[in-house]
Amino acid sequence: MKRKDLLGIRELACDEILEILDTAESMQELSSRPIKKVPTLRGKTIINLFFESSTRTRTSFEIAGKWLSADVVNISMSTSSVSKGETLIDTAKTLDSMSADCVVIRHASSGAPHTIARMTKARVINGGDGAHEHPTQALLDALTIRQRKGSLSGLKVAIVGDIAHSRVARSNIHLLTKFGSDVWACSAPTLMPVKMDELLTENQNRLHITRSMDEALDQADVIMMLRVQFERMNESFFPSVREYFRYYGLSRERASRGKSDAIIMHPGPINRGVEISSDVADGPYSVILDQVAAGLAVRMAILYLLLGV
Amino acid sequence: MTLKPNYQLMNADEMRGTLNRLADEILNAHSGRELVLVGIQRRGVPMAQRMAKTMADKANVHPQLGILDINLYRDDLTHAAVQPIVRRTELPPHIDDKEVILIDDVLFTGRTVGAALRALTDFGRMRAIQLAVFVDRGHRELPVEANFIGKTIPTKDNEVVEVRLTEIDGEDAIYVMEKA
Repeated sequence: MKRKDLLGIRELACDEILEILDTAESMQELSSRPIKKVPTLRGKTIINLFFESSTRTRTSFEIAGKWLSADVVNISMSTSSVSKGETLIDTAKTLDSMSADCVVIRHASSGAPHTIARMTKARVINGGDGAHEHPTQALLDALTIRQRKGSLSGLKVAIVGDIAHSRVARSNIHLLTKFGSDVWACSAPTLMPVKMDELLTENQNRLHITRSMDEALDQADVIMMLRVQFERMNESFFPSVREYFRYYGLSRERASRGKSDAIIMHPGPINRGVEISSDVADGPYSVILDQVAAGLAVRMAILYLLLGV
Repeated sequence: MTLKPNYQLMNADEMRGTLNRLADEILNAHSGRELVLVGIQRRGVPMAQRMAKTMADKANVHPQLGILDINLYRDDLTHAAVQPIVRRTELPPHIDDKEVILIDDVLFTGRTVGAALRALTDFGRMRAIQLAVFVDRGHRELPVEANFIGKTIPTKDNEVVEVRLTEIDGEDAIYVMEKA
């Protein structure tokens, strides 16, 4: 990989994305080995710098790094000097002075990883910045879709839910439209960002906006549900959880509007009964746990491609 | 880096004959034991497949097949000019106590084989590991030798031995090239 950092999907070319996915496919075999460790990144230090809570992203970067024999250090907001008032840039420079080879950062502000990337010698991976991008999530979704559907092109993908607060939606829209799939972004008007259609500078005709879930799901190949992000909602965007589920929740009946072999995705953590019913989340077409497994492989691939040179 | 062909070392017929002989030698040395042929990515993989087919046709011996990519075990990642592509690894389960024949196209510095040995160790404790190569071109940097060799040739530092296989390159031939 030619770039120093992985900050977003938007700026990636299709062949860079394919290089990551192909490498990730090779990495998947590692999780079935008796000894899940290879010496590739011995002597490299990866710092997980998470200013927002996270289970799967942080854990999976940690496991990915450890399986590749890197040393992984976790810093969370509550245990770091950030709680003493240190600025983001000072924190980053400090970590750089400790010769970190890579910093994985999650931050509530859009663009925080980009700022850090400019200030550090360490390679920076965006683990989610505000409502901007979450590139590794889109890449693991792409790997899951490609393995289930055989391709990333010509698909109808419905992304339903809290689009306004969702970096997952943005990164996925960039990625899927690049490869020639049609994305139907669906949510209540209060949860749909204004000027959503200006998100894309190219392939704009591949992004469709609707408030009707039935329209979004009709003959869809992939149904991607988003989590309702209660923690980002400081005003009321919908009257009640029950009403939300009635209009934008994925029930079994709703899911049947997609193609008969449509897969159900969710970046997690899921709010059962809010955006997705339990029988769908645990049902035969759900690939939610495959996504988690793919995440590990994708993160190993990215660490290898950025650090293994 | 551009390469110009120096001479052709083997044509398709000679390669077939060499593969036949290697299969014979391996079978003679291993009669009765459970064999696993592990091809090193990339050209060792079709070679292992051909070898298995030859053994099945000749002697009704059906070795298991494995694929090994060594790039995650390389000791020269930081020196590599181009980042190597990590390809698939796929070894049969329960490889412990079996006899493994590692198969590669060219034996040169021995570093690939060194990495392959480190990789195999992570999959268990094999009964024995042996090495079969099409061409041994010398210039070892590690104490590694092959058990079964198609052809040994002297080469110069600036030469490259290029094994071409139908499955990957569209033809069967071995060329010795020179860096121009």
